[in-house]
Amino acid sequence: MSTSARYWREIPQRYRLEAAKCVSCGKVFFPPRLTCKGCGGREFEQVTLPDTGKLVTYTVIRVAPTEFSDQAPYAVGVAELDNGVRLTAQVADVDFDELKPGLPVKIEFRKVREEGEAGILCYGYKFVPVR
Amino acid sequence: MREVAVIGVGMQKWGELWEKPLRDVFTESAMLAIDDAGVDKIEAMYVGCMSSGLFCGQEHIGSLMADYLGVAPIPSLRVETACASGGAAFRQAIFDVGVGAHDIVLAGGVEKMTDVDGGGATFALSTAADSEYEVYHGVTFPGLYAMMAVAHMDKYGTTRDQLAHVSVKNHKNGAKNAHAQYPFEVTLDQVKNAVMIADPLTILDCSPITDGAAAAIVCPLDMAKDLSKNAPIKVLGSGQATDTIALHDREDIAWLSAVEKAGEEAYKQAGLKPSDIDFVEVHDCFTIAEICVIEALGFFERGKGGTGAASGETHMGGRIPVNPSGGLKSKGHPVGATGVAQIVEVTKQLRGECADRQCPDARIGMAQNMGGTGGSSVVHILGSV
Repeated sequence: MSTSARYWREIPQRYRLEAAKCVSCGKVFFPPRLTCKGCGGREFEQVTLPDTGKLVTYTVIRVAPTEFSDQAPYAVGVAELDNGVRLTAQVADVDFDELKPGLPVKIEFRKVREEGEAGILCYGYKFVPVR
Repeated sequence: MREVAVIGVGMQKWGELWEKPLRDVFTESAMLAIDDAGVDKIEAMYVGCMSSGLFCGQEHIGSLMADYLGVAPIPSLRVETACASGGAAFRQAIFDVGVGAHDIVLAGGVEKMTDVDGGGATFALSTAADSEYEVYHGVTFPGLYAMMAVAHMDKYGTTRDQLAHVSVKNHKNGAKNAHAQYPFEVTLDQVKNAVMIADPLTILDCSPITDGAAAAIVCPLDMAKDLSKNAPIKVLGSGQATDTIALHDREDIAWLSAVEKAGEEAYKQAGLKPSDIDFVEVHDCFTIAEICVIEALGFFERGKGGTGAASGETHMGGRIPVNPSGGLKSKGHPVGATGVAQIVEVTKQLRGECADRQCPDARIGMAQNMGGTGGSSVVHILGSV
């Protein structure tokens, strides 16, 4: 089992969608990086990702990893947010029949998993269809 | 760089090898390759393995295998690029001989996946993806490839049936492979109606959990005839490339650009193009992977891999036979071994040793190995001399 540091350091991204924008070329990275793969720049300003976007692709996980076995089946997808940044997350509060490329989604803060029987509760972002 | 030849190959029958520990699985195949070559020594060793640490609690297998093969103190190291570890190990062996560091080098690959349960295997395999930004959210490997399939289906109209054709073909070929884990045929309906893993992929769209190893012996081309009675198989080209680790960061989720780039490098070195290749072993970890790979390697136009898979052109006797060995689907996929087993198959095809699986007049063969969802790919082109 990992120490809680591993979870704690991702909190700005998982709870607050904090990303980094390259000062030279404007490319946005989530999670933040040390060097821009667009221009090689090394200076970034902190930005927050938009919380709306569209599903690009998706699937329904029926055979789940151990920590998610009580949640199966569940939907996951890749969404492209309004600023062009893409990320992967579960799609929650959705009928599997509704899943399609282009489905408008918004990001919500949800519980994602538990680390083992007595471990920490892990939170993060999920996509929810815009209704 | 000196020209390099493959003079010996070996692999055991793959499957759930309960009685064999990791060290014996590797050593057994290494010995088969050494015996096949007929050499009395090896001078360096590269061991492809994705994660003996997570599967067996054993790292440092460069040393372990050199010890148990009885070849210590030669230099020996583990090479890792997830599921492309075997191909990458072979590439390192080529460089080693090519620059003149050593003359007789063993490139091997091994994975022992059955010492952990299903959950343990799923976890170990998931480390080939982005642990914090993909796996954290509950995406599995089949899930990532399922998303690639959905993207490909949406963009190009690829169908569920076309995916299933890949599995049917590979099982048909593998049914004739004595080393395959699952040497039996399956039907289109069986593939479509099997247990769903991640929509639309069923268990018969997915390569299995396997124990196994494979090995190849390489040497300078101009020493081959003195070292071995086998017909030397020349390495014509080698390529390797990376792409983003996370599927969501790809330029195009339905395109394998690392495969395209690794293929381009190999073709360029060999001075060849796709139409020169007589047959190819590709990394069908999932049926959609084969469809995307045959596009990226230039055998079919972008987006036409699905219709290609259903057309018969990739069958034995077709325009470009794909996976005469049965591929990962039927032969098995002990992750780190796969890339080297592809070299074993290509070598045997070029030597004309494949009996009822033989590609007629095979003179130039290709092997494409891939890690994760395409974050790494290694491509080799070999030819008879």
